[in-house]
Amino acid sequence: MSLTKTLLGATTAMALAAGAAFADGHSAGPAIIYDLGGKFDKSFNESAYNGAQRWADENGQEFAEFEITSDAQREQAIRRFAEDGNSPIVMAGFSWATALETVAADHPDTDFVVIDVSWIDMPNVRAVGFKEQEGSYLVGMMAGMASETDTVSFVGGMDIPLIRRFACGYAQGAMAANEDMTIISNMTGTTPAAWNDPVKGSELALSQISQGSDVVFAAAGGTGVGVLQTAADEGILSIGVDANQNYLFPGQVLTSMLKRVDNVVYESFSGTTDAGIVILGVAEGGVGVALDEFNAELVSEDMLASVEAATAAMASGELMVHDYMSDETCPALEF
Amino acid sequence: MDFFTIVQLGDASIRMAIPLLLACLAGLFSERAGIFDIGLEGKMLAAAFLSAAVSFASGSVWVGLLAGIGISIALSIVHGLASITFRGNQLISGVAINFFAAGLTVVIAQGWFAQGGRTPSLSGAARFDGIDFPGALTRVREKMQASPGMQFYSEFVSGHSILVYIGLLSVPLTWWILYRTRFGLRLRAVGEAPEAVDTAGISVVGLRYSAVIICGILCGIAGAYLSTAVQAGFTKDMTANRGFIALAALIFAKWRPWYALGACLLFGLFFAIDNRFQNIQLQVLWIMVILIGASAAMVLYAIKREKIDVIVLGGLSAVLTVIALATWVGSTGEEAGLVAALFETVKVPSQLIQSLPYLFVVIVLAGFVGKAIPPRAGGQPYVKER
Repeated sequence: MSLTKTLLGATTAMALAAGAAFADGHSAGPAIIYDLGGKFDKSFNESAYNGAQRWADENGQEFAEFEITSDAQREQAIRRFAEDGNSPIVMAGFSWATALETVAADHPDTDFVVIDVSWIDMPNVRAVGFKEQEGSYLVGMMAGMASETDTVSFVGGMDIPLIRRFACGYAQGAMAANEDMTIISNMTGTTPAAWNDPVKGSELALSQISQGSDVVFAAAGGTGVGVLQTAADEGILSIGVDANQNYLFPGQVLTSMLKRVDNVVYESFSGTTDAGIVILGVAEGGVGVALDEFNAELVSEDMLASVEAATAAMASGELMVHDYMSDETCPALEF
Repeated sequence: MDFFTIVQLGDASIRMAIPLLLACLAGLFSERAGIFDIGLEGKMLAAAFLSAAVSFASGSVWVGLLAGIGISIALSIVHGLASITFRGNQLISGVAINFFAAGLTVVIAQGWFAQGGRTPSLSGAARFDGIDFPGALTRVREKMQASPGMQFYSEFVSGHSILVYIGLLSVPLTWWILYRTRFGLRLRAVGEAPEAVDTAGISVVGLRYSAVIICGILCGIAGAYLSTAVQAGFTKDMTANRGFIALAALIFAKWRPWYALGACLLFGLFFAIDNRFQNIQLQVLWIMVILIGASAAMVLYAIKREKIDVIVLGGLSAVLTVIALATWVGSTGEEAGLVAALFETVKVPSQLIQSLPYLFVVIVLAGFVGKAIPPRAGGQPYVKER
């Protein structure tokens, strides 16, 4: 009996402590909620965090933040921030869409920003999507020019249309650089576990290398770390995604396809944006390629010139990169 | 399919089989002594986390390995306390360990490293690198141009981490301990007839505790292998149900060490096929022959068996037949008639290939193993006569 009481007491204390920990992060400024990958995933979420931190450093203000650890926490997390008066509340990741639609209707005076979602049309929600196909096209072109075996490959995370959009843009870019290019595309899995399976990422990369690939593009969250690691071990080039991942293996990562999630968070926090649906492409500076001291030796003059030409063509509307999500087909790649 | 592909497939099978094998042998020791252990998964996960975390903190992978084995033994002793000393239900205690490890590893990793429940990447001496034998090639692209003998030597024989060789050596070692030592005889006896062992004046409790501790050591190595040899760091739930597949392999192997090696290599092969061949193209005819052949074999087998087998295998073969027919009808287009459709080439969905290992587990467990008789006193706490 006394043991039961002690246990009950301990459980209550832990629950209280957990509640207190949750409340600690709050202040009535802007707030950001990360997706399952976690704040320091070296990729998407970390990019969002960098944007928030940049705003905090420049303005000397604080922001509230929260990392969810399971899908069940989504609605509760948004609701807590909204009830505490945080505004705007930024959410990183397409998985937030359903929970956000519910909460945003209940809190019409709070501003919400959701990244990677381009279909929520509500008066207090800014939905920011990216033209991933355009950024992928650019890195695909660079891959095509860097490849000596005329074979490049792609490792996706979970098999969803968004990731196929990356693959399709990449394939189109590689084909643009070289018509005879062979493109191998693999997906890690069909469940959210596919974002965090570096073991399988390594195996897929090894399999692609043995099929002749010498440049591999990973759009797979945490799984991508395994892909980049294997590429570096095996001496082929890799391409990072979302954030600049060139520094992970200096001299072995050809480039990274940037999604300027950090800029979106920064601008949202600064309060200079309106509600509505926004799609950012190459022309708007939303996507692009990463060039820095870590990959300077890998990127040739030709590549730079082609990337610049393609960027200009996309901006002027001359070059239209096919978007997989528009009709669920891809001219350059079969899934 | 060229020779190098086959070699690579074998190489990947071994890589995938080693954690299963170690966990399977761990379960073998425990269950042979009469302690069912479904907590293999949790122990591997805890060991994977702690070995990666300690390797990172200390800079030495061997210290990490010891830490992983340590936490795994500690959990084993908890399992032992619950099921041997306090005579609790062994399944419940095992489930508790699984939940405990799944939750706590992520929470501690987050509190310690703040990287979303992961440990930082390990490098250098904090990781088990592959051991390259003299003269072996290390890069896939060099190997592809080498001679077949060199390919076999470089890819299959060389380049594994030391834990792979330890895992393979643990099979004959287990066999020797179980069948050639006094300790092994008593261990097997305590799982079959603990009262006889007790009558002979040997401690049942002592034997069972040593069995679960050996189980802890092997699970610890299996977990450390995942996070410090195959991968360079811990990620959430990285064991991915390998502990449960190891249990299935254990039943498939009828609680015998050499059979366990075979079973685990077979499962490893399935995982390797899944990773290597995501885009298999086959003629509809072949798909139908394979699927309907498999279901016919299952039905024939099940008819002679008990009712439960008939239900499970019959249901499964019905599903396979439906898939086969659906493929056929699906490829019948406007231009292709029913017969012509048989010779259409279609892509086998990668989802189907990914589900193969799990489908295989179901079939194995449904009774394809012949008669798998568990140790007679398994799952029962030993009570001295009063």
